[in-house]
Amino acid sequence: MKILVPVKRVLDYNVKPRVKSDGTGVDLANVKMSMNPFDEIGVEEAIRLKEKGVATEIIAVSVGPAKAQETLRTALAMGADRAILVQTDDAVEPLALAKIFKAIADAEQPGLVILGKQAIDDDNNQTGQMLAALTGWAQGTFASAVNVEGDSVNVTREVDGGLETVKLKLPAIVTTDLRLNEPRYASLPNIMKAKSKPLDTKSPADYGVDTAPRVKTVKVSEPPVRSAGVKVADVDELVAKLKALGVHS
Amino acid sequence: MKTLVWVEHDGSAVKDATLAAVTAASKLGEVHLLVAGSGVDGVAKEAAQIAGVGKVHVADNAAFGHNLPENVAPLVADLMGSHDAFVAPATTTGKNIAPRVAALLDVMQISEILSVESSKTFTRPIYAGNAIATVESSDAKLVLTVRGTAFEKAATSGGSGTVEAVSAGGDTGISSFVGAEIAKSERPELTSAKIIVSGGRALGSSEKYEEVIVPLADKLGAALGASRAAVDAGYVPNDYQVGQTGKIVAPQVYFAIGISGAIQHLAGMKDSKTIVAINKDEDAPIFQVADFGLVADLFNAVPELTGKI
Repeated sequence: MKILVPVKRVLDYNVKPRVKSDGTGVDLANVKMSMNPFDEIGVEEAIRLKEKGVATEIIAVSVGPAKAQETLRTALAMGADRAILVQTDDAVEPLALAKIFKAIADAEQPGLVILGKQAIDDDNNQTGQMLAALTGWAQGTFASAVNVEGDSVNVTREVDGGLETVKLKLPAIVTTDLRLNEPRYASLPNIMKAKSKPLDTKSPADYGVDTAPRVKTVKVSEPPVRSAGVKVADVDELVAKLKALGVHS
Repeated sequence: MKTLVWVEHDGSAVKDATLAAVTAASKLGEVHLLVAGSGVDGVAKEAAQIAGVGKVHVADNAAFGHNLPENVAPLVADLMGSHDAFVAPATTTGKNIAPRVAALLDVMQISEILSVESSKTFTRPIYAGNAIATVESSDAKLVLTVRGTAFEKAATSGGSGTVEAVSAGGDTGISSFVGAEIAKSERPELTSAKIIVSGGRALGSSEKYEEVIVPLADKLGAALGASRAAVDAGYVPNDYQVGQTGKIVAPQVYFAIGISGAIQHLAGMKDSKTIVAINKDEDAPIFQVADFGLVADLFNAVPELTGKI
């Protein structure tokens, strides 16, 4: 079966976001951009399923600017077989993304679509669930284990109280949580090889999807700053401070 | 505006996360509740007591027993024919179901709202809480998830909602519940605890977590938490994780022990009323947000604190 893996180009995990002084957003000029870490976990999981003989082909997809090609090349270097860039300079919301992925799923007929549970820029945590609604497929969100058995997949999910396992009929949607796997680094030979793997460029219009935003960002501001308090000298002083707050056994 | 609030419950009682969602919904208009599940009469009666609640829709069906979104989302979408906003707590259940509902309704969801500015305008955290966006919806119906720590909890009594059975929906047959490993604990829940004691990677092992962190939590009647590093290292289960991708908490007192204070951890606890940090590295970023910081070896300081508090 084929696996479709959407990947997003986002501000690198290690870069501290800076709010623009005009309040229109976060400054992305001249900062390091990388693949969304949860999507990286999705690519890794797809590769492992291919290595186990469950998957036959991995297609990485990204919706974004021309530079999102770099993100797709990273997925190809890790082990994806081919890539589709749906190129647009507009910010595309999860609902429109899900519509694009639905159109691609209709064309490619994957057995699984593995997405990151959320992108670390907008923190929406929506696209996978929305794609599941539009395709009418089952969803295993926040996955920490994925086991394909015959025509179904068992997904262990990280939920508030612990773990939960659901059995989903294939085709299905999986969204990744942090502990699903540890993504590999692409080796230099694989990075070279990735340069010649196929990468198609499309536009949202090719899939008949209107990406006009439904939600307008009025402004973006800094969160309230918390200031440092005091350092206490020893445990006795800490105990006294805590008792003053009414904290004791 | 008529809102429909998802009632989070464990089959026998309403969970606290629901109460913050009710408060958020009440800022938009009339509050109706949806109790979905199997054998949930008791939950419905309890939900009807929540202050300010109008109608309680009860969908009692084995297909809704484990909150499978494939079965539940069409039920909610159906009820949204007569409501203007679907409001769910931003729990793993709410986050699983609400976007599926939004897509069925062809509307954009607004995730993890922190405030209601107007009937269409909300604030929400982006970039792990490093920025706050004010956003305005242009959709005909709203689908919102609510960050529990950002709203007061509605009172659990004083309401007189009318309970109404919903017969819609059933099993789509594409998903089933296999099992769960849910920790049973006498401790308060992490997201509603007044005091939380969290441990980090500096503990070095699950044995040390048990030996150092647990006794302090026991003494204070506190919930147990951990940093992502401690969870990834296997010291404690995943549901202990406090942070951007774990649980967002805001207790009266938060103890960060052997936690350096990575951005993603701070995102999950920086709204705590009082933060206490114990770390031997005096340059650890956690001290920049701590109200009380103690630079010390946690293996000595924490047992001493447990003895003296």
